[in-house]
Amino acid sequence: MTSITYLEAIRAAQARALEEDSRVFIYGQDVGSFGGAFKATKNLAKEFPGRVMDSPISEDAMIGMAIGAAIEGMRPIIEMQFADFSTCGLNQIVNHAATLFYRTEVPCPLVVRLPCGGTSGGGPFHSQSLEAIYAHFPGLVVMTPGTVEDAYTMLLEAINIDDPVIFCEHKFLYYHLKAEALPTMALPSNKARVTRPGRDATVVTYSAMLHESLAAAAELAHDGYEIEVVDLRSVKPLDTDTILASVARTGRLLVVSEAFPWGGVTAEVIARVTAEGFGLLDAPPQRLNARDTPVPYHPALWGTHRPTASTIASALHRLLKL
Amino acid sequence: MNCKSITTGSTHELDGTLFCQAYRYMLTARLLEEKLAALKRSGKIVGGVFLGRGQEALSVALGIHLRKGDVYAPLIRDQAGRLAFGEGMLDALRTYLGSALGSMRGRDGNIHRGRPREGYFAMISHLGAMVSAVSGALIARRFRGETGIVGATCIGDGGTSTGSFHEGLNLAAIEKLPLVVVVANNQYAYSTPNSRQFACDNLVDRAIGYGITGHRVIGNDLANCLEVLQKAVAAARAGAGPQLVVADLLRLIGHADHDDASYITEAQKQSPLGRDCMIVAQQFLLEKNWMSQAELDSWQKEIEVEIEATTTRVLREPAPDPQEESWIPFATSHLHSESL
Repeated sequence: MTSITYLEAIRAAQARALEEDSRVFIYGQDVGSFGGAFKATKNLAKEFPGRVMDSPISEDAMIGMAIGAAIEGMRPIIEMQFADFSTCGLNQIVNHAATLFYRTEVPCPLVVRLPCGGTSGGGPFHSQSLEAIYAHFPGLVVMTPGTVEDAYTMLLEAINIDDPVIFCEHKFLYYHLKAEALPTMALPSNKARVTRPGRDATVVTYSAMLHESLAAAAELAHDGYEIEVVDLRSVKPLDTDTILASVARTGRLLVVSEAFPWGGVTAEVIARVTAEGFGLLDAPPQRLNARDTPVPYHPALWGTHRPTASTIASALHRLLKL
Repeated sequence: MNCKSITTGSTHELDGTLFCQAYRYMLTARLLEEKLAALKRSGKIVGGVFLGRGQEALSVALGIHLRKGDVYAPLIRDQAGRLAFGEGMLDALRTYLGSALGSMRGRDGNIHRGRPREGYFAMISHLGAMVSAVSGALIARRFRGETGIVGATCIGDGGTSTGSFHEGLNLAAIEKLPLVVVVANNQYAYSTPNSRQFACDNLVDRAIGYGITGHRVIGNDLANCLEVLQKAVAAARAGAGPQLVVADLLRLIGHADHDDASYITEAQKQSPLGRDCMIVAQQFLLEKNWMSQAELDSWQKEIEVEIEATTTRVLREPAPDPQEESWIPFATSHLHSESL
């Protein structure tokens, strides 16, 4: 049986977009004949001559260039080599791309692909999850796919959207996560998905933490607990309705993210549920994030820096006793 | 009016018609900006007022050499260039006065205005950012197979210190884009003098490092500005790659309306840098007998009448209504209804 990885799905989505839409081009460091640091653009330069271009190490100018091209009607895809380096292009993203439509009524349809999240040995500058930073700014769509199918369909949707999209793809999922085939149906990217139904507690999560959360839910099933797992898929827009509907079923909420704890997606979800669904809660909502330090290099430290199936299971046991 | 081509001291032919046309844009910009300053003093304009006094010759020389279809991203002291590129004074007044009918509809103000769909980009305040944006527009044009177009942007001496400026210019050089970057070295970035801004002899030397062509120009001499900018824009249009034009001049006013510019030294004001480009240009065209003083006076009256009429009109226009405002930052329709 053939299978396709999360990374191959991202490559396939880009190939399809290049094939179907002459406005699409890819720009990033080493994305050309080399095929990208993670090979997300493997062979694309050859298949689409002139449309997959190596950039200098200039994150600010890469985004600025994409903005100018988008104003002119193109659909640029910018690959940041690592999400961490997108901070060098932060100004163009949050002050230029994000504000353009509101200021001028001219859309800015670009996609910034951010290889996000931790892998063993990545260390402080090749591991960060920055979705909360981008979600903070009005005008940006922030997608955080956690499945092979979503990586494919959401990237295609991101390219079609008339607004700047920050596409957070998780490096840990690149090679390990597999599906049998590319999907033929797509759930709109702004809808969360109940990945695992349950009745005792809700875990709201996204990206790689989806799989840690599903593993924790499976573990708790051995003890007779039915844990519902909601995959946000996009953190902006945030599908509050699906979250509230789940909390209405379970009465208990744990929000899990690999990002740093201060503020961020977990805090936002809890703020909304508390404000809009306080009466649905049987216990104080809980959150689990990475620790509040830079992401450490050594596997022994990294493995306990981010949430894992085991720490999520422990948090769920605590939540169920509250 | 007797605006025909003549040969200047150099071998270049100076187009008298173009010179007079440029002068009219300069005069319009100067008078319009005086009106803007007055509107600010009378409380009609909220926020900053950023004037290009002393930089009109340089600014117009770029704008007048651009064509419809080119891409232009002016900066804060480019009223003259904006007019020459085709922006009417209506857009300027509407944006400054916050009219709901202006191109920015009260969502952005003063010099942060443009019509990007028409190749007239609206600057963000972060200096250097427009260099790569204009480059991206040129790459889009290249994808579409368009040739013979030029992208241009302006910056000051201070803006050349940003990483964004460097990254953008380097990118444009790699791609050999038809980009013209005009640096108005007006000696101060707000209050910071050149000595605290850069250590090279002249900013034009940086062109060598980027592998692009550099030009120096006397920024308060319209004849020189027209000649050099004509050359730079033509070179870019012909495919010679990015052109860096560095002008020496002096800002004859504060950074913004609140700044008395007390840091500008008397010696600088008295030096050739401190000459007012309006006076230099006016003397030149009178000497060449291209126009008479009476004709100049009648131009001034015409422009003043237009400014008054446009101001009166814009002051009567509606302000943006917060109840009517969409408060939506997205272009994608299905994102509008979501709770964000």
